[in-house]
Amino acid sequence: MLVNVIVNQETKTFVCEPGDYLLDTLRAYNYLSVRRGCDNTSCGVCTVLLNGKPVPSCSVLTASVEGKSIITVEGIQAEAEKLGRHFGDEGADQCGYCNPSLALTVYAMKNDLFQPTEAEVREYLVGNLCRCTGYIQQERAIMKYLGDE
Amino acid sequence: MMKVVNHKIPSVDGLGVMKGRHAFTDDFSDKHSLFIKVLRSPHAYARIVSIDCEAAKQLPGVEMVITHNDVPRIPFTRAGQGYPEPSPHDKFVLDEYVRYVGDEVLAVAADSPETCDKALELIQVQYQVLTPILNFEEAVDNEIILHPEPEIHEMFPIGFEPKRNIAASYEMHVGDIENVLKKSDVVIEETFFTQAQAHAMMEPHTVNARIDYQERLILYSATQTPYHVRRIISQGLGIPLSKIRVIKPRVGGGFGGKQAIHGEMLVSLVTYKTGKPSKMIYTRKEVFESSYTRHPMRMDVRLGATKDGILEAIDFKVLSDTGAYGEHALTVFMVVGSKVLPLYNKVKSVRFYGDVVYTNHTPAGAFRGYGAIQGNFGLESAIDMLCEKLGMDPIEFRQKNMMKETETSPIFAIMGEGTEGTAMDMDTCKLEECVETGARLIDWYKKYPRIDMGDKVKSVGMAIAMQGSGIPFIDMGSATIKLNDDGFYNLLIGATDIGQGSDTVLAQIAAEELMTTIDKMIVYSSDTDLTPFDVGAYASSTTYVSGNAVWKAAKQMKAALIKEAARILKTTEEQIEFDGVTFQNEKEESISLVDLSNQITYSEDQKQLSVTSSYVGHKSPPPFMAGFIEIDIDKETGEIDIVDYVSVVDCGTTINPKLAEGQVNGAIVQGLGMAIFEDVKYSQTGKLISNSFLNYKIPTRLDINKLTTVFVDSYEESGPFGAKSVGEIGIDTPPAAFANAVYNALGIRIKELPITPEKILLALKEKETN
Amino acid sequence: MFVAEYVRPKNVEEAYQALIKDKKNLIIAGGAWMKLTKKSASKLISLEGLDLNKIVATEEMIEIGSMVTLREIETNENILNTCSGILSLACHNIMGINIRNIATIGGSVMARLAFSDIYPALLVLDASLVFYKSGEVSFADFLSHPNHDPDLLLGIRISRKAEAGYFRKVAITALDFAIVNLALSKTADSWRIAVGATPFIASLAIEAANYLDQYKELNDEIIQTAVNMALDEIKVSKNQRGSKEYRIELIKTYLKRGIRSVSEHVG
Ligand SMILES: Cc1cc2nc3c(=O)[nH]c(=O)nc-3n(C[C@H](O)[C@H](O)[C@H](O)COP(=O)(O)OP(=O)(O)OC[C@H]3O[C@@H](n4cnc5c(N)ncnc54)[C@H](O)[C@@H]3O)c2cc1C
Repeated sequence: MLVNVIVNQETKTFVCEPGDYLLDTLRAYNYLSVRRGCDNTSCGVCTVLLNGKPVPSCSVLTASVEGKSIITVEGIQAEAEKLGRHFGDEGADQCGYCNPSLALTVYAMKNDLFQPTEAEVREYLVGNLCRCTGYIQQERAIMKYLGDE
Repeated sequence: MMKVVNHKIPSVDGLGVMKGRHAFTDDFSDKHSLFIKVLRSPHAYARIVSIDCEAAKQLPGVEMVITHNDVPRIPFTRAGQGYPEPSPHDKFVLDEYVRYVGDEVLAVAADSPETCDKALELIQVQYQVLTPILNFEEAVDNEIILHPEPEIHEMFPIGFEPKRNIAASYEMHVGDIENVLKKSDVVIEETFFTQAQAHAMMEPHTVNARIDYQERLILYSATQTPYHVRRIISQGLGIPLSKIRVIKPRVGGGFGGKQAIHGEMLVSLVTYKTGKPSKMIYTRKEVFESSYTRHPMRMDVRLGATKDGILEAIDFKVLSDTGAYGEHALTVFMVVGSKVLPLYNKVKSVRFYGDVVYTNHTPAGAFRGYGAIQGNFGLESAIDMLCEKLGMDPIEFRQKNMMKETETSPIFAIMGEGTEGTAMDMDTCKLEECVETGARLIDWYKKYPRIDMGDKVKSVGMAIAMQGSGIPFIDMGSATIKLNDDGFYNLLIGATDIGQGSDTVLAQIAAEELMTTIDKMIVYSSDTDLTPFDVGAYASSTTYVSGNAVWKAAKQMKAALIKEAARILKTTEEQIEFDGVTFQNEKEESISLVDLSNQITYSEDQKQLSVTSSYVGHKSPPPFMAGFIEIDIDKETGEIDIVDYVSVVDCGTTINPKLAEGQVNGAIVQGLGMAIFEDVKYSQTGKLISNSFLNYKIPTRLDINKLTTVFVDSYEESGPFGAKSVGEIGIDTPPAAFANAVYNALGIRIKELPITPEKILLALKEKETN
Repeated sequence: MFVAEYVRPKNVEEAYQALIKDKKNLIIAGGAWMKLTKKSASKLISLEGLDLNKIVATEEMIEIGSMVTLREIETNENILNTCSGILSLACHNIMGINIRNIATIGGSVMARLAFSDIYPALLVLDASLVFYKSGEVSFADFLSHPNHDPDLLLGIRISRKAEAGYFRKVAITALDFAIVNLALSKTADSWRIAVGATPFIASLAIEAANYLDQYKELNDEIIQTAVNMALDEIKVSKNQRGSKEYRIELIKTYLKRGIRSVSEHVG
């Protein structure tokens, strides 16, 4: 089937099967920053923004996104760079496999919450698992990113 | 004054990875790869009687079905260690027997994952189901034998006795343990258990292969050990080493789980046979069920002390469960002793012994901490129990008995990893300062043992730990540095960055020595065709061993540059002064590095300046740390708040303080996972129930409130710019520190990990009714 | 997932017709649970575009369209202001924000999840379900009488009568299913108590609530009696997340704390 979407502000038509999941379709179309971490919607690694909201692309059928907007980290490069610089300053990046999905969720949070506290930030991001960092340095970096501008 | 080392330089690759640049293994798979999926055993132990795969082979899109009849019968080990391996060669690519739920029965290669799934459904396998051994305490001399195959063997003596279900065994002692214990004023005897923790790195095991235009097999693999992978594939499949190239791109976390080989054998086989590119990505279930775990252990500990608190004897007996195959069986077991027991080096007698046994569980393998975390839980829990019996403050006891700078332990000379050890003195050991600083930061004397707060009780607990820095005389790392025109360098290393930041740290070492900035040190790891040999990322060896190789190479490059400068400035090498940017002679004539590099590249006496150095450690200086936890426990539910975890670490110079902090923080949280959250559950028939992130709970960011990580001043003469290792040390203390804090809070001692709220509450109820 | 066709009906009747035509035709809401539990379907029937994503509040009640996501419930002012916001809190405690942005209340109800964190809250909010064919059904009846006729859930009505409420989920980590979850509410004259994930599906402790209703002022003894009565009413057992003994201790503790907290708010 054909699915018309807007990916990172570009109009696209995906050719896919009705049972295909967005994660696989996006990877097939070379959006390789979108990655698989688990099989059952429980790690956050595959997160993309669907109409501005973070969703697990592994569990969203491509067929269901007809007419919607998708943002991957390729679509928020300037913000990812700002966040990335804070990550660098805090030593918060390790393997980085999940960093694009975290960047997207943080970006969505910035629009969703007004001046969140550290506790609110943790609650918002709890679905993004990380096995490398122990989280604390990530959170320091994220608070600084939110404090910018 | 150092300009690059010991500075908080942002990692060289952080920005690109954050921005989603193509970096990881699957990003480089061929678009038209065959996909490989494995049919996995539903039984804990069975013989394959017959396989009917005709229907699957007829399915459009199916390229091949591989069974044990199609692979060479060469026993090998997937452990991913140096050669000869201290692990038994007890595994075939595919075998007639399957030995755990999730073991490989056969593989299908097809044009898509969906076709693979369909094909797998069409395959009929008849099994003769055998009775498994699921309790590792019943494995030795059981009438059921898990490895009767005649071809399997050890590479050198490791106590391998497959007829008794023993993969490895060992015994050592110093002094007469029974006698010393008999004479001790206070003796305790306790048994501890640890579970089969899962690595749970975010990137599943991923590998892909293709044949290049020189007819060679090229693999991209998410591995910690590209050179070992190349060697093992060559041995297992009989492909000449020269025909194989292994590229390690960015790796999404490893923690030891990617030291061993996983799908590499199957993709190599398929691509080599078909000539077509192929790939394999483990499902998360496969990562849990069919890769590796930490070795679960039973530890029987006896301690003896004088009544004024001098520790005199440690008797440590270990039973370790290696699961279906013996990867890292001996070496993990050895570390339980060799990187734990020297902490208390003043004892009159110490004994360490036991067996590593086969069972029908998911195999165990390398995992950050590598035995030290298990041993630390046993010993450091037992020490607190002894202190209780002595009526002594656990900090005071440790200060009296623990290892101090310039001291040694006889254990270092006796126990190595599979072979004899290496004697060494502790040229750096700041444990005293670690303990003192930690006690102050956690405010120990105000909070110890507990503060009652109504529904909740606050308490603190602590433990000390040590690790190593590479395996002396075995681990080798090397580095090549190459000068480019315009005066920047390439640093080519076999050391494998798996997310821990070694590319950055090694570039810092090179940049410091060459007095340049990090942007002029372009680092590349690792590719068996392009980068020099390195054993890989394990045994806390990268900063110390590979770092020393890089440092040597940088010094060599400096000498080569000065020689060129002397020639150009018409003087002797001794007369040249070099500040990283400009060379000057005694007459104050000078040439910049940029001009020199351009000149030797393009115009005069042209040459490529390039140096390669290697390093093998002659000792393994241990990093030390003291870990302190503060918790609040709900007395009516057992629920826990981790208020703070204070880590005070002696790892020598921190080459990059922020990345070092990240190593400790990540390890502390992984250790807390093992201590509290990560419960491993098997069904009665041996199926792993905790085989997904829904059923296996790693700590989330809501579970971690605060981590206080500090480094004490320390300079290890033998390390690059004074560094020791920092990758593993952080994981060791949380289980014991937490167990001790629970005891301090409620007076209950839990000796089996994980220590869940449920266990705490039920133990408390039991204590109250007694 | 193997799916032959993905359809977007233009109205509810069309969706209903598609649903009853073939057992292998399935409604898809957020699809999050479906991904975990279903391998194939002939037709997936999307409920998007049928105007089922509204939250409408009156003085007495709030009607939540079946396609409303858990995140929308979590952040809705009216739901936050109803019965101490327990339904919002129950949603807030489910997994990460990314799942809550797709998982729907309709899917949550129709999936009949024994561990559901929403059910205890819905039970004490005296919720009812509005079906396309069967009309309005009380949520408590729906849980205790599984109905096998395919029908379309249009929305969920919750009462706004309760003055205060309490919700608690106990889990190993924030990303886990509950070991136990429970909710309490109190209107001017009656208590409601519901416990779920025991590991059986949520149910009301009616006797215990009736007992509490007799008293204007509560003391420790009355609370203890009510807690014991509730434990007699609610079936508790073990599963991989917790033993029966541990669940009982948790229920005891949090019912006690919940009753105290609610009576403080009302009193
Ligand atoms: C990984 C994961 C963890 C979770 N953890 C928790 C948890 O801890 N606590 C908790 O309470 N919940 C949890 N949930 C469940 C979640 O909150 C939702 O309840 C679940 O995803 C169902 O919502 P959905 O919109 O995804 O439904 P879908 O998957 O789309 O549908 C579920 C079922 O309902 C049917 N259906 C959907 N809408 C209708 C309708 N309007 N009429 C008729 N039938 C319909 C579908 O045909 C399907 O059979 C979890 C879910 C996932 C995926």
